[in-house]
Amino acid sequence: MNGGKRLPYYLAALLILALAPAYLSSYELSLLGRFLALSILSLGLVLAWGRGGILSLGQGVFFGLGGYALAMHLKLERLGAGEIPDFMEWSGLTSLPWWWAPFRSSAVALLAVVLVPPAFAGGLAYLVFRRRVGGVYFALLTQALALAFSTLLISQQKFTGGFNGLTDFNELFGFALGDPKVQLVLYWITLAFLASAFFFSDWLLGTHFGKLLCAIRDGENRVRFLGYDTAPCKAAIFALAGLFAGVAGALFTLHAGVISPAMVGVVPSIEMVVWVAVGGRESLLGAVIGTLAVNMGKDWISSATPELWLFVMGALFVMVVTILPRGIGGLLEPLLQPETVRYYLKIGRYGLVRWLGLARREIEAGQTGSAMKQEQVEQNA
Amino acid sequence: MERKGVNVSRLRYTFEFTFIVFALLVSAEFALAQGDKLVKVGVLHSLTGTMAISEVTVKNATLLAIDEINGAGGVMGMRIQPIIEDGASDPAIFAQKAQKLLQQDKVVTIFGGWTSASRKAMFPVVERFHGLLWYPVQFEGNECSPNIMYSGAQPNQQILPALDWAFQQGYKRIFLLGSDYVFPRTANLILKKHIVHRGGEVVGEEYVPLGGTDFSSVINKIKAAAPQAVFNTLNGDSNVSFFKQIAAADLPPSKLPIMSFSIAEQEAKAMGPSLVQGSYAAWNYFQSLDDPANKKFVAAYQAKYGADSPVDDPMAHGYLDVYMWAYAVEKAKSFDPDKVRHAATSLEWKDICMGKTKFAPNQSLYQTAYVGELQADGQFKILWQSPEPIAPEPYDPLTFPGKKCVIK
Amino acid sequence: MSEYALLLGQLFNGISVASILLLAALGLALSFGLMGVINMSHGEMLMLGGYLSFLTLRFAPARAAFALAFVAAFFGAGVFGALLEVTLIRRLYGRPLDTLLATWGVSLALQQAARSIFGPIGVEVTAPKWLAGSITVKGGALGGLNFPFVRLFIIGLAVAVLVVMWAIITRTRLGLCVRAVHQDRDMAEALGVRTRLVDLVMFSLGTAIAGLAGAALALIAPVTPTVGQSYIVYAFMVVILGGLGRLLGTLLAAVLVGLFSASVQIFTSVSFADVLLLTFVIAFIQLRPRGIMVVRTRALEEA
Repeated sequence: MNGGKRLPYYLAALLILALAPAYLSSYELSLLGRFLALSILSLGLVLAWGRGGILSLGQGVFFGLGGYALAMHLKLERLGAGEIPDFMEWSGLTSLPWWWAPFRSSAVALLAVVLVPPAFAGGLAYLVFRRRVGGVYFALLTQALALAFSTLLISQQKFTGGFNGLTDFNELFGFALGDPKVQLVLYWITLAFLASAFFFSDWLLGTHFGKLLCAIRDGENRVRFLGYDTAPCKAAIFALAGLFAGVAGALFTLHAGVISPAMVGVVPSIEMVVWVAVGGRESLLGAVIGTLAVNMGKDWISSATPELWLFVMGALFVMVVTILPRGIGGLLEPLLQPETVRYYLKIGRYGLVRWLGLARREIEAGQTGSAMKQEQVEQNA
Repeated sequence: MERKGVNVSRLRYTFEFTFIVFALLVSAEFALAQGDKLVKVGVLHSLTGTMAISEVTVKNATLLAIDEINGAGGVMGMRIQPIIEDGASDPAIFAQKAQKLLQQDKVVTIFGGWTSASRKAMFPVVERFHGLLWYPVQFEGNECSPNIMYSGAQPNQQILPALDWAFQQGYKRIFLLGSDYVFPRTANLILKKHIVHRGGEVVGEEYVPLGGTDFSSVINKIKAAAPQAVFNTLNGDSNVSFFKQIAAADLPPSKLPIMSFSIAEQEAKAMGPSLVQGSYAAWNYFQSLDDPANKKFVAAYQAKYGADSPVDDPMAHGYLDVYMWAYAVEKAKSFDPDKVRHAATSLEWKDICMGKTKFAPNQSLYQTAYVGELQADGQFKILWQSPEPIAPEPYDPLTFPGKKCVIK
Repeated sequence: MSEYALLLGQLFNGISVASILLLAALGLALSFGLMGVINMSHGEMLMLGGYLSFLTLRFAPARAAFALAFVAAFFGAGVFGALLEVTLIRRLYGRPLDTLLATWGVSLALQQAARSIFGPIGVEVTAPKWLAGSITVKGGALGGLNFPFVRLFIIGLAVAVLVVMWAIITRTRLGLCVRAVHQDRDMAEALGVRTRLVDLVMFSLGTAIAGLAGAALALIAPVTPTVGQSYIVYAFMVVILGGLGRLLGTLLAAVLVGLFSASVQIFTSVSFADVLLLTFVIAFIQLRPRGIMVVRTRALEEA
C-alpha cells in the first residue's frame, strides 16, 4: 500500500511509543503494554474483517489458546518433578495429565503459541468456507465457538483451572516477572511484536494476495469466476488473524498475570470487534489507535462512573456503524497523505497569521474596523 | 473608553484571583482544623457485570465501617479516605485495578474481591507490590498468602459444620448441586470425602453453567437419585430458577430438604422468601443474630442504605474487616502491611457484629458456624450453632493430607 | 423412578426447552430470512417482555393480570421492535455485518438500562395458582414421571404461536407479500408491494413474539438484565440449523436442539452438554451448509 509514503509517520509513532517508559509512570506503562498487546489482535481483525470481509465474533478463542498455552508453561516453570499446579490439587488430581507434560519445555510452549491458534483458526475457516457458508453464518458460528470454548474451560477445572483461569506466575525463562526491569523489557518486546505485525500486515496488503482479499470481500463469486479458489485464501487470512490473536493472548497474559475464561468468551470477543470498528476496520493504524483509545476510555470511565461504561460502549457501536463506518482510521488516513499534510500546514499558517492579526487588532483597538482587517489578512494569505 | 475597559477587567481579574486564593486558604485552614490528615485505602469490588449484585452491598458495608471509624476520630488520628474501584466481574480488571491502587494511589491496604477468580488474580499483584488484601467471602480454602487476610469462612467453618448438622438430622443420602466454578467443585470434593468417610452416600453431583436457567434435566436426575437432602452451591439467579422449577415439579423444600451455601438474606429477599421458605443455609453470620454489636451494625446499615435493605454474611465480613484493620493499625502504630498483619493475628477476641472472632496465625478468622432455616419474612431462624468459634483450616486434612498453611 | 421414566422425562424436557427456543428464534428467523438482518438485540426483546409482564402483574388488577401480562409483553416488544427498525435497522440494509454490530450496541445499552431501572438482581414473576401444580404419574413403570403445568402451558403457547404464524404466512394477504418479498424483493417492489412496510411489520412481529417468549420464560426463571444474552446464542444456532426463512425449518431445528441437549444431559453435565451442542451445530453446517430446509433460489450472492 502506501507504506513508503507513510513510513516517516509510522516511525515517528513507533519512536514515541518506544520512549514511553521515559515519560509514563510504571503503572501507566503496564497498562500501555497490555493495550499494545491487544492491538496485535486488532491488526489481525483488520486483515480478516476489514480486508477479507470475514467478521469473527470469536477472536477470544484464539486469544485464549495463545494465552493458555503460555500460561501452562508458566504454571509448570517452577515445579519440581512429581509436583502438580495448585489448582489441580484442589480439583482432585494427583498427577500431571499427559498433555500438560510437554509444556514444561519453553520451546514447546512457544511453538504452541504460534502454531495452535492459526492451525485451529485456519482449519475451522477452511472447513466452513469450503462449503461456501456465508459471512453472517460464519460470524454466528464463531460466536457459538467462543461460548463453547469458555464453557469448556470452566467445566474442565481439573485441567484448565476452571473459572479462576491460570494465574500466579513468577518466572518466565528464569526471569522474575515482578522485576521492574523485566517489565520494561517486556514492554519493548510487546512493542517489537506489534511493530513487526504492523509492517508485515502493511506489506501483505500491498501484495497480490492483499488485493485478492479485497476482491473476495467485494465480490466473492466474481473472483471465483476468474478461476480463483477463494476458500484457501480466506482460511489463510483467518489463520493469520488467529496467529496475531494467539501472540496477543500470550503477551497479554504476561502483562496481566492472569488468563481466565472471562477474557475469551462471547462478550470480550465482541469487544475486540468494537476496538477495530471504532478504530477503522480498513486501517491498520486506526485499529491500533482504536484499541488504545477504547481500552483507555474503559479504564478511565469505569473508574469514574462504572455504570456508564456499557452505555458508552453501546452508543459507540451504534454511532460508529451508522455515522462513521470507517472509524477513526477513516478520518485519519487522509490526514496522513503528504499532500494533505502540506495542505493542513498551509491552513495552519493562515490560521496563525489570522490569529496574530486579531491579537494585534485588540491592542490597536479602535484604530481600524475589524471587517477591513479581516479582509486584509485574507488577501495576504 | 477602551483603556478604561481594560482597567475594569484587570481589576476584576485581580479581585477574582484574590478571592480564589482566599477561598483556597480558608478551605485548607478548615481542613487542617479538622485534623484532616488522610490515609488512603482501596475498596475494590465489581460494581458492574454479573457479580455486581452481590459485591455492591459488601462495598456499602465496607464504606459504612469507614464512615463510622472516621466519625469516631479516624485511625491513629487520620481520616480514612476510601478509593473505590470497579473490578467489573473480570479477573484481569481486578488485577489491573489492584495494581493501580497500590502503585498509583499508594493505598495502605485493599478491601475487596468476591469470586475466587478475583482473589486469585489479585494474589500475585498484592504479593508483588507488597500490599495487604482483606477478603470477605467464604471460599474453598487451599490458599495461604502472607499478603491476604482471609476473613471469609474456610470449608471447615461453613460446609463441614453444615454436614455435621445434616448427619445429626439423619440426612445421609446427599445430592450435590452447584454452579460451575471453583468454589462448588472444590467444596464438593471436600464434602464427598467427608460424606463417604462418615458412612453417608453421595447419590449425584451436577454442575450448571453460571447464570444457567434450565434445571429440568437436573431435577429429573434428582428425582431418579432420590436423595434425602440436596447440598446446593448454586450462585445468584440460578437459585431462583432452580427453586421455582423444583417446586413446580412437586418437590418443594418441605419434601426435599435443601441446604444452600450461597443463599443469604440478600438473595432470599430478591428471590421472594416464599420460594425458598423452609430451606436451610449455613453461614457465619445471620442478620437475626441476637448480639448487641450486631443490632447496632444492622441499625446503622439500614439507617444509611434504607430500612428494608437486608444484611448478610459477606457484608458483615466486609464491615468486620475494616474494624479489624483499624484495630491492627492502632496496635502496630503503623500502616506497614507486614506490621499490620502481624498485629492483626495477635489481637484479642473482638465482637464486631458476628460474635467472638479473632484472626488465627494463618491469617484466617476464628468464627462460629450457624445453620438457619429461612422464614416467610426473609430472615433465618437459627437452628444450630457450633459450640464455640471454629479454628480455620485452609487445607482440609482429610482431602489434602499433609498440607498446612504456615505464615511467618 | 425407573430408567424408562427418566428417559421419558428427558424427552419431555427436550420438547419443553425446544418450545422456548422456538419462541425465541422465530422472530429472529423471520427477520433474518426476509431482510438478511441479524438482530443481536433480539435477546433483549425477551428481557423487555419479561420485565413488562413483571410490571403488569404488579400493577394490573389481579383477575386479568396474567392475560394482560402477555398482551403487554407482546405489544411492548413489538412497538420497541418497530422503533428499532425505523430508527436504526432501516439505515443499514445490505450491510448485515454492520447491523449485527449496531444492534449489539443497542443490546448493551438496553441491558444497562434494565440494570439501572430494575437493579442487577433478577425480578420474579409468580405464576397464577392454576399453573402451579403438575401432573405426576403414580406407580407403574413410569412412576415418578412428572409434567409441570407451567411447562405444558409454554409448549401450548409455542404451538399456538406457530399455528398463527403459519396461518398469517399462508392464508393472508400480508403473508403473500412476505413470501413475494422473500423470493424476489425487486420484482415484488415492481409489482407494487410496499417492501419496506412488509419489512417493518415482520420485524415488529418478530420482536413481539420474542416479548411473548420473555413473558413465558419469566414463569420458570427470574427476569434479569442478562436473560437475553443467555438465550441469544442458542436462538442463533436454531436459526442457522433451520435454514433461512422457513417456519418448518425453525421448528425442526428447535426440536432438534432441545432433544439433543436433553438427551446428552442424561450422560454428562449441563456445561458439557452445551459444549457438545455447539460442536454439533458446527459439524452439522458441514453437512448441510444452508440448514435443514433450503429455499432454492437462483440468486448467487446471498446474505
